[in-house]
Parts: sequence; C-alpha cells; structure tokens
Amino acid sequence: MAVALDGIRVLDLGEGIAGDYATKLCADFGADVLKIEPLHGETLRWQPPFKDGIPGLERSGTFFWFNTNKRSLALDLTAPPAATVFDRLIDWCDIIVETAPPGALDALGLGWQRIHERKPNVSLLSLTPFGQDSPYRDYQLSELTLFGFAGEMYTVGTQDRAPVKMYGTAAMLESGASAATALLAAVTASELQDIGQRVDFALADAQFNGVDRRHATTIGWEFAQRQSLRAHGAAAGMLTGVYPCADGYVEFSGAELRLDRLEQMLQHPEWLQDPKWREPNAALQLDLVEEFNEQLLPWLLVRGKNDIWAAARDAGVLCAPLLTVDELFADQHFNERGFWHWLEHDGFGQFRIPGRPFIMSASPWSLRRPAPRLGEHTTECLTECGFGDAEIASLRDSGVIGG
Amino acid sequence: MSARKPLEGIRIIDLSVVWAGAFAATLLADLGAEVIKVENVHVWQPMTRGTVARPPHAAIAAGAGWATGYPHGTPGPRPWNHAPSFVQMFRNKYSVTIDLLTDDGREAFGRLVECSDALVENNAAGTLEKLQIGPDFLQQRRQDLIVLRMPAYGQTGPYREARALGVHLESVMGHTMLRGYPDLDPSYITPIYSGDYVAGAHGAFAVMAALRHRRRTGEGQLIEMAQAECAGGMLAQAFMDYSLNGRLQERIGNGSLEDDVPHGVYPARSHGTGADGGDRWIAITVLNDDHWRGLRSAMRNPEWAAGSELEHIEGRRAARHLIEQELSAWTSERDDYALFHVLQWHGVPAAPILAAPRVLNDPHVQARGLNQACTLADGVGPFRFNGPFYRFEHTPVDLYKPPVALGEDNHYVYGELLGYSAEEIEALETTGRIGLDFDHEIP
Repeated sequence: MAVALDGIRVLDLGEGIAGDYATKLCADFGADVLKIEPLHGETLRWQPPFKDGIPGLERSGTFFWFNTNKRSLALDLTAPPAATVFDRLIDWCDIIVETAPPGALDALGLGWQRIHERKPNVSLLSLTPFGQDSPYRDYQLSELTLFGFAGEMYTVGTQDRAPVKMYGTAAMLESGASAATALLAAVTASELQDIGQRVDFALADAQFNGVDRRHATTIGWEFAQRQSLRAHGAAAGMLTGVYPCADGYVEFSGAELRLDRLEQMLQHPEWLQDPKWREPNAALQLDLVEEFNEQLLPWLLVRGKNDIWAAARDAGVLCAPLLTVDELFADQHFNERGFWHWLEHDGFGQFRIPGRPFIMSASPWSLRRPAPRLGEHTTECLTECGFGDAEIASLRDSGVIGG
Repeated sequence: MSARKPLEGIRIIDLSVVWAGAFAATLLADLGAEVIKVENVHVWQPMTRGTVARPPHAAIAAGAGWATGYPHGTPGPRPWNHAPSFVQMFRNKYSVTIDLLTDDGREAFGRLVECSDALVENNAAGTLEKLQIGPDFLQQRRQDLIVLRMPAYGQTGPYREARALGVHLESVMGHTMLRGYPDLDPSYITPIYSGDYVAGAHGAFAVMAALRHRRRTGEGQLIEMAQAECAGGMLAQAFMDYSLNGRLQERIGNGSLEDDVPHGVYPARSHGTGADGGDRWIAITVLNDDHWRGLRSAMRNPEWAAGSELEHIEGRRAARHLIEQELSAWTSERDDYALFHVLQWHGVPAAPILAAPRVLNDPHVQARGLNQACTLADGVGPFRFNGPFYRFEHTPVDLYKPPVALGEDNHYVYGELLGYSAEEIEALETTGRIGLDFDHEIP
C-alpha cells in the first residue's frame, strides 16, 4: 500500500523533542528522514528513561520513540570538510529542518545563502525558542519555561502555590506537532510552486497563539479585562473536576452540565429532583455546590472508576477515569484498536511503543525501521549521495564522519 | 510570478465542534485553504460558539467563567460571533448555514461536498450517520474526498460512544495522574485541554498528507483520529519507562524527568497574590553544570553557592533544600522580567510565568506581530487578535479574514458555489432555513 509522504526527503539537523517529533510524523508516514547527528549523538540520546535506568548512547527510550523510521548520519558540521558533504546533502533533500540558535548555521557557512544558491527549491524550517528576529532570539528555552512563559501555566494549580507544569515534555510536543504542519506546508509549496523558502517557527509562538486556553485567557482580557486565576482550592464544582472513588479517581466536567443525563447515570435519586439544582446559577453558589458534592460522593465512593465511566457512557455524561500507565497498557479498548505497537529491538528484544497517531485508510502509518543507532547509515547515505569508498574512508579517517 | 498560499485552491468543509477539530481547520485556513464552516441555525452545538447561544445576564453578572469575557462585558445581539473562548477559531474561515435536518439541506450540503476537497469533523461518534451524511453519502457525492474524523476514542472499541472534552482524554491517557503537585490529592489537579491542540495540529498534518497522496494517486481517503491516541506523545517518556523497565513514574510537579537541580518555579517580587492575579513567578531550569555556573554569577557569586561540590549534579541534588531556599530568597526580592533578562544574559534558561493580561504587552509578542488589530462582526472592536503563529518567507501565512460570523458567507456559498438563484436564496432566508441568527427557541 502507498505511504502518504513517500519520496519526500527531509534533511534533519535538529535536536530535541519538538524538532524530532515534527520529523518523526513525516518519517512515520513515509518520508525519508535523514538525521545529521554530531559525532557524540544528539541530545535526546541522553534523555531518560534509559533501558534498566542505565544511561547510554543507544539506551534512551525517549530517543527510540521520537526517532522511529529515521536514518542517522554522524557528521561533524563544525569541521571544514563537512561543507562538501553538506552540499551533496542539499542536493539530496527537499527540505532541511534545523534547531540551532539563530545565526549558528550561518556562522558555519552552512546557512540559508549556501542552501538557496545550491538548490533554489529547497526550504529551510528553523525551529527556535523565540524565532529569528525576536528581542529574545538568543535566549534559551526549556520545557518548564516554554509552558510557563508562553503557555497557559499561570492558571494551572492553586492560588496559594506556584503554578505547576504538565507532564514531561508535553509543551514541547505540542509545539513540535504544530511545527510538523509548517514542515508539510513548506514541502507542499515546494512541490506545487517550485519554491524554496525560509520558514521561521518559534516554539514559544505556537504556545502563545495556538495551544490550550492561552488564546482564551488572552482574548478574554483583551475583550473585557477578564482575569483568569488559579483555583482557590480543590477544583470541585457542580460536577466539575477530579473526584475520588472506590479504586482511584474520576474526572467530570460541568462545562455543559446535563442534569437529565446525570439523573439517568445515578438512576434517578430523590435528592436530584429538587428544583434548586435547576436554577440558572446553581453552579455558582458555593453552598449549593458543596451540598451537591456531598450527595454525589457516597455514590462514587462505593464504585470503581471503570464502572462509573461505563455508567456515564451509557447516560452520555462527560466523565473519564484517571488511568495509570500500567492500566493503559492493559486496557482492552486500546489493545483492541492496535494503539500499542510491538517493536523488535536487536539489543533489548520486544517492547511496546505507542504506534500510529491516526489511521489513514489509503496511506497508512507503518514502522519500517526502529530508531537508528548513531551513524548507522553514514556509509549508506554518503554512497547514495555519490561519494566513493575512498572519499568516505578519508572523511572517516579525518574524523569528519562517524558510524 | 508571486507565490500563492501553500493550500490555495483547496476547499475544506469544517463540521467541527469545540476546539480540536476547529483548530485543525484553523491551521489549514491559515495556510490558505478555503475553509467553510457548515452550521445550522436550528441546532446549538455547546462549547463551539459559546456555552449557550444567549448567555443569561445573571451568569455574566455572577462572573461565571465560560459565560464572561464578551467584548466590553456585553454579549450583544449576536453573542455567538464574539464568544472569547471560541472566536479565535474562526479566523480566516467562511461560514454557511445549512439545515442538515431537512432533505433540501442535505442536498445543498451534497452539492458543497461535490466541489470540496476535504471535510473535517470531530462530533460525537455516530453524529454524521444520524444526519445521513456519513462516509457512504460523502463518497457518493465525491469519490476522491478526504474525510478527517476525530472522535474522542475512535470509531471502534468499547469506549467509542464515550463523550469527552480534552480534559477527559488526558485523564484516560494517564496525563492527569502524572501532573500536578506531588504532595496534594489528585482532586487539586486543574483541568487542561492540551489534547485538543495536539489533535488539531495532527489533524491539519493528516489532511495535508492525504492531499499529497491524492495528488499522486487521485485517491481520497478516510482518516480516523482517536484524539486520545493522538495525545499519547505527550506521555512518551512515561510509556517508554513502563514498556522498557516496567517502571511506573510518579508525579514530580515542576521537577524535570532528569531530576535537574535547581529546576522549578520561584517567587518573584509580587504586586498582589494568586487571588487577585498580582502574584509573580520566575521559572528557572538549570539543566547542566554550565547553567549552574551562569546562575551563580547572575546571583553575583554568593557564599552559599561557592562550593565546588555544587558544580556537579550529584552535589546539587544533595544540597537541594539549601539551593531551593536560598534561590527563593534571592528571586523574591526581584522583578520577574529583571530576573528573566539577567539569568538569560548569564545563559540560564529562565522565564516569568506570564498571566494572560501581560502577554499582549510582552516585547517579543509585539515584535513578532502575533496579534493584529481586528474588528469582529457587527463592527465590534478593533481588538488585538491572535493570528497565525509561523512565518513563511514567500507563500504568505497571515490573518487575511477576520473571525467569521454565523452565516456570513451564505450568499457566496449558495450563490457562487452551489448555483442557487437569488430568489432561491431569498426563499431560504425568509422561511428561516438559513440566516445570521440562531433560532429564537434556542436559549
């Protein structure tokens, strides 16, 4: 069966979650993504979790997942002879992705001018913290500062404490997923209009203008000086927030509270017949909310989260169990659907990874190869680019390439 | 020849609700596709153009979150064109009203399908089928149509019928149990909706991938995106840790997976408290020994930080409590932006935690032109309004059409695209089948 992005060649100079995720999406749907790694390997190779908790170049689970279906060429771009290799790689590719600080590629003589003169219909997607021309263009960004500064972290947590972040590198992944749309749009423009261009993507901007409520809180302020604050305490409203139950927690949302459906879920209890719950602003009266939750909790506390969710599904109530990762690996729904994909690794045997992010009926996701070892494809790729055995040996001897 | 927008010439039907599908369509519209929202004046979709069509004054007066924030505090005669949590999803789009509950409406919709390239929807499972516009209908009207469906948990499996907002997906996928303060009960965890946006970005990517496939083969296709599965990448490290090592990770609050020290959010000089929005915080992340040396010199080399053992992560972990305490004392006497600049000057990734009111005044946000003056429907505004967030050198990606009002493009769509005569359009309007207002029966 055809793969959607077959024939697209991506030269991936990037490091880190956002860039690796943008190119992973392309690779997973068929693009030929060639990672250019420094001789010591890119940064994700040194990010946990590691197999058995032991750090190592080829032991990072994070690297495994973010680099499926890619190839790796180890090349020291700072060594002068790298430029001739780079030129041939420009000839090879359709688009280049980089995550270096603004100006860094130019300083090596490998920047836009060289790329554009060599092959005018190749685009360069630059993923940087704040973009190429921001007053903060030289500033650094981490997961925490990305979400804190540009994302909607200020309202997450409670008023008497510091705001609190999301899990792991969720914000970087959000920005990376948006960057993938820029990447594919640039390829589209190149294919249809024969145009090569610079694409300036700031990780922060994807948070400021794109992601999770930041737009809503900003516009609410701009329209009406509406302030968005963290919650006063536990977030429970009139059927809003995380509630305890017999074996864990469930989450409800009152964003569109349907008491008729709730009645059905609770099997029409007498207390819910009281007309006071149907007053327009019932959910805004703190004493009523408290009473509501006191009535509801006994029902929840004798039931398990999956049973509660099943009842909620039957009644059409917005609800979800708080699953743990082991429960998710064992979950019938996700196993039946084939969400988990078994990967065969020549060192660690078989293990599972999250597979396709979505299902394309005519051009499906596939795992053609696991994440590459550092420089695994150096010789193969250089040969593809027209280098002879002697040239490759010479580059290797002079320490320009590895693998 | 001047460059066209990347997706110019592509027409996309937007049947999305709430955020995830709407964001996918927004990105495609930003890139130049003609995205047409198909809406029904007789059907209110909650959380799409507001919580309710006509928010009661009592709710606004009481300051209920979702009901507030309309321009200048008043919803106006057509609140659905101005709802602050949703209106930003309408930039660069078109809107046509079609009554899909009638045969005539379905026929009009069918004609629109015939002249469209793709359709995006994220309704509850089974919604299109109930409206008799499911995949069979769509394919019959246009063989090579690309259809993106974004159900919460997928079209198959035990959870396919479950209703969900982004917050529920995060709970099911394990995100909620893995974030928040480690020492507080999970009931203190704030609902977030990052899954909506992750799904939306993937949706736009998927449609572009399918468009490419169609260019090469002439073939359309059905894309099924379970939003929950799509959000899986946010949990990648937790999944891989369990998969490789059988290890269940725990909540670590503002810590990093690498257990860097210091790594967290520290109090800056404040103008108020969390209760009035006047609290200030600085996030500081020392990810390596260079960052530590930078932090130390930014603090002007205080005695407590002088020890050589602190130059290595093991030493900093051992002194975690001291570092946190002394660092907080240092930051709490300083302004957050001053800390931002001095720490970055010394090479330390640090940044203020920005509350929304401060975003529009940030020099970066202004220099990048992230917000543009924009007048909403009925002449409301202008306001600083968020536009597309990435820049293409030649093929323009910008805010080219203000957020669309309900039914704003009825005449264009019925007249120019579907070939209705002026009289036929007028008849639809006078009988109330199409229009600019939601049915008056709708609260």
